[in-house]
Amino acid sequence: MRLEGHVVNAGTAEGEALVSSMPLSFLGDVDGTTGIVTADGHDLRGESIEGRVLVFPHGKGSTVGSYVIYRLAKNGKAPAAIINMECETIIACGAVMSGIPCVDKVDTRMIKTGDRVKVSNGVIEVE
Amino acid sequence: MYLTKEEERALDGEHGEAVEKSMKLLTAIGDIYNARKLVPIKSAQIAGVSYKNIGDAGLEYVRDLADQGARVRVFSTLNPAGNDPERWQEMGVDEAFASKQKEIVEAYARMDILPTCTCSPYEISNIAMKWEHLAWSESSAVVFANSFFGACTNREGGPSSLAAAIVGKTPEYGMHLNENRAGKVLVNVNAKLESGTDYAVMGHYIGGIVGSRVPVFAGMDAQIPYQLKMMGAGLAASGGVPMFHAVGLTPEADTALSGKPEDKIAFGEEELKQAYEALDQGVEEPDIACIGCPHCSVTGLARIAKQLKGKEVSTPTWVFTNTAIKKLADRAGYTKTIEKSGAKVFCDTCFIVSPVEKMGYKSMITNSSKAGHYSSSFCGLKSKVMKLTDLVKEVTK
Repeated sequence: MRLEGHVVNAGTAEGEALVSSMPLSFLGDVDGTTGIVTADGHDLRGESIEGRVLVFPHGKGSTVGSYVIYRLAKNGKAPAAIINMECETIIACGAVMSGIPCVDKVDTRMIKTGDRVKVSNGVIEVE
Repeated sequence: MYLTKEEERALDGEHGEAVEKSMKLLTAIGDIYNARKLVPIKSAQIAGVSYKNIGDAGLEYVRDLADQGARVRVFSTLNPAGNDPERWQEMGVDEAFASKQKEIVEAYARMDILPTCTCSPYEISNIAMKWEHLAWSESSAVVFANSFFGACTNREGGPSSLAAAIVGKTPEYGMHLNENRAGKVLVNVNAKLESGTDYAVMGHYIGGIVGSRVPVFAGMDAQIPYQLKMMGAGLAASGGVPMFHAVGLTPEADTALSGKPEDKIAFGEEELKQAYEALDQGVEEPDIACIGCPHCSVTGLARIAKQLKGKEVSTPTWVFTNTAIKKLADRAGYTKTIEKSGAKVFCDTCFIVSPVEKMGYKSMITNSSKAGHYSSSFCGLKSKVMKLTDLVKEVTK
């Protein structure tokens, strides 16, 4: 399957999809050292985002979240790419600051956890 | 988004890594909000300073940028840090925290950002003229710049204001466009507002209703800017309000209601009472009292000195301002009068962004609706908001 979106931060990446139906705040929801989702009640709780193509509707919460994405990247725990339904400033800033390919305006419900996903700028190939 | 040839070259890395990264960030944001172009800015106010907030991740980011040679192109000032740079031990902050904090402020200073460490940059020389474009973070300062000066800034985050300062431009969307500055909700004020806290509490109540829409206040007769500064901070804390208009008081108020308002709100004595109740979590014996959110001006410190003169506090009482204002207050004798009572005047930090939850405080009282709001929602303390005169009575009883 081939999906097309809007490029927030250009780049190519490949990985296994980790898909959430819930908004994500990098400050508070994700451990900045381990890359594990720790938020109570989040559908990704306990999952590691490291090297995955992280798919969720949109970001939320504090703008400090951008720095958490940067820290994850420096620790080698960042996602390989980020796909959003609607990207907002926190995720966009974090992706650009950290050099993570990021695409939005994508129907994220089309992708399932475990799918092999290739992101190439605005084009997403799902196996 | 349209980019000039020069901007494209900056995006391609011709001016170095830091400018390239900042340009990428601005174009990404511009595309999200359908900005047509970048506009030059006159100044920036940069948040993302307290080590408690940005942690090691933020420290690494600003240090890396400074190491890469990033320098700001416009006059830029800095938000409060997590501790007083000199009296951190008196605050109960540990050495590891203070040392990381120092590194953060120094990294920003290396980028030519003036280390003002205040949320009220307009009290110490970061001011603006009508319709000038700015990139300010710090929600209370954003409201002040848009409403008071009639300058134009969105509610920036730390990274986006820093990127704008490095490039000297910001994407043209939101508050930079005239059509988004019009009033959407009319607030008819019938309550008798006397103190800055009355205004702060009203702002908090209205912010909770209007969300991110621009309110227009009618029937309000504020006497000093301090009252509207306190109100703006409240509006920005409970809502996402970027600006307000006040008929007869703010520069764009005359044209603010050219269209029909979406909503009308009546704010009378009953609403004022409810607004105070919403900010009272039942604090009987407060562990600490906090004044100076947003940071006190020099006249603010004079008011506090007058009220505390000859009294003795029995509850720890912290007053917050910045180094520049405190130097002036030292000379005028206000600091001495305040501290003689046992209260402390701390600089370049505030209650909310300092690591108060690690200091064992469980409850606080304040004269600021913003401090009350975030003390509970962000720091996990019980809080109660009261007028300065009542607060002084409480801490000196």
